[in-house]
Amino acid sequence: MNKSLTWFNLTALILGFAFLYIPILILVIYSFNASKLVTVWGGFSTRWYVELIHDEAIIDAAWVTIRVGILSATFATVLGTMAALVLDRYKKFHGRALFSGMVYAPLVMPEVITGLSLLLLFVAVGMDRGFWTVTIAHTTLTMCFVAVVVQSRLVTLDRSLEEAALDLGCPPFRTFFLITLPLIMPGVVAGWMLAFTLSLDDLVIASFSSGPGATTLPIKIYSMVRLGVTPEINAVSTILISVIAFGVIVASVLTHRAQVEKEKAERAVFLGG
Amino acid sequence: MVQRTLSSVRPFLAKWALVAVPYLWSLLFFLAPFFIIFKISLSQTAIAQPPYTPVFDGMATLWDKLSQLSLDNYAFLGSDPLYYSAYLSSLSIAAVSTLLLLVIGYPIAYGMARAPKSVRNALVMAVILPFWTSFLIRVYAWIGILKPEGLLTLLLQALHIYGPDQQVHLYNTAWAVYIGIVYSYLPFMVLPLYAALEKMDHTLLEAAADLGCPPLRSFWKITFPLSLPGVVAGSFLCFIPIVGEFVIPDILGGTSTLMIGKTLWAEFFNNRDWPVSSAVAVVLLIILVVPIVIFQNQQKKA
Repeated sequence: MNKSLTWFNLTALILGFAFLYIPILILVIYSFNASKLVTVWGGFSTRWYVELIHDEAIIDAAWVTIRVGILSATFATVLGTMAALVLDRYKKFHGRALFSGMVYAPLVMPEVITGLSLLLLFVAVGMDRGFWTVTIAHTTLTMCFVAVVVQSRLVTLDRSLEEAALDLGCPPFRTFFLITLPLIMPGVVAGWMLAFTLSLDDLVIASFSSGPGATTLPIKIYSMVRLGVTPEINAVSTILISVIAFGVIVASVLTHRAQVEKEKAERAVFLGG
Repeated sequence: MVQRTLSSVRPFLAKWALVAVPYLWSLLFFLAPFFIIFKISLSQTAIAQPPYTPVFDGMATLWDKLSQLSLDNYAFLGSDPLYYSAYLSSLSIAAVSTLLLLVIGYPIAYGMARAPKSVRNALVMAVILPFWTSFLIRVYAWIGILKPEGLLTLLLQALHIYGPDQQVHLYNTAWAVYIGIVYSYLPFMVLPLYAALEKMDHTLLEAAADLGCPPLRSFWKITFPLSLPGVVAGSFLCFIPIVGEFVIPDILGGTSTLMIGKTLWAEFFNNRDWPVSSAVAVVLLIILVVPIVIFQNQQKKA
């Protein structure tokens, strides 16, 4: 019985991961295709990457996307961390139900609704659509993801350290920066990265909230896809995938190492004491 | 004395600021826009920029304001069967996809939870990684596979399952939309399921086996009921956004698949009819309120 179960589990895992990774792998392989036809292999070539470097529209879009991503992820991390603290610390205040609703709802809200509603707000207050409206829209969406990630970290936090600092007369503000923030830092960093990649990815909300001069990379890629499949799109995608995969792997290795070192230090203290 | 008052006021101020800043941001940029959508859905279309007549402008009397409101856009939605069938087909596509995700995601999550502890974190990482890469790109990747002259056709021809003139006709059909949705939303289903299955106490299964319960039965009697919170969380996490999905039906479904997200996009960007697209959004929101509230209560319990 045990053997058949293992066999079943292994098959499920192999098929599942093959399904998740083969399309991405094919996409990457065909970005090095010499042929213009996406499904005909014409030999190895890097010509699509060279063409990419000379495509000013794409370079511009990439630059806009990175700036929007960094700014909105940073705002979202500050706001999302605050929201997580509120949800974790203040269990009772007027309007808490509404607040937690506003934090969780955007996680599942269809993007077309969020995008359209934000656009109508920007028009109603007379804000010109462009770089800043996209940044605000992305901040609003991604702060909720940051809040969820940071909150899961806060739940496991040992409050006695903060209480000790407060008892010894450390002001709350300083306690936060000296004790709480370093302890929840892995969650905050993960939240920032999640916010950044979500902003990098977003097509729908960006399409609604951006205006002339603020074309982001997904908007550009989408308009290219509508015109037809080209290896150039594969090349842009490959670069994006590699950058993100590299970032995520480095971040996870770093947090893993920090965790191991922390455990080692704790063990040393325990044995020494 | 002054010192004392200050020290008791400052924590209060800090708390107030901590609550107020994210609260105001969400009120302004998340909640307020819904009222504006609602307001515009009640206004008349106008050929102008912005292309609607403002409803609540100036110091008009209440009666004047009310008389300007119109339900025309909602009446229009009701009169055109296109919208009705778009809502219905979005709901059914979302329900079928959620079921498919559950059937495909459960064995993967189960396999992950039963894997040796040392590789479990790596497996979780491997499920999350594709989620970090662009949604648009992952959907785009399927075009090359599903096209009639695409890689799936080539593979089937190479395996002699298909003759040299036979082609796969999946691209621009509902099937392609299902494949795209399952592919894109799989991590959202697998991770909550895994979280629920990983927490499970294995001794329960051993006890059942010792008492002579066959494995399949102990799965339905023990494992599945214990994983229900994960099943519910994963299903809502997938179902709600899929109903309003735009990118996948647009790129993979062609003109043959009707989904409300696509209709809204077309009303807004192609027809430039803001009041009607607002009305479409309001009705979609009303449909989704119940599942969203259930999802939130679930989140609060977790």
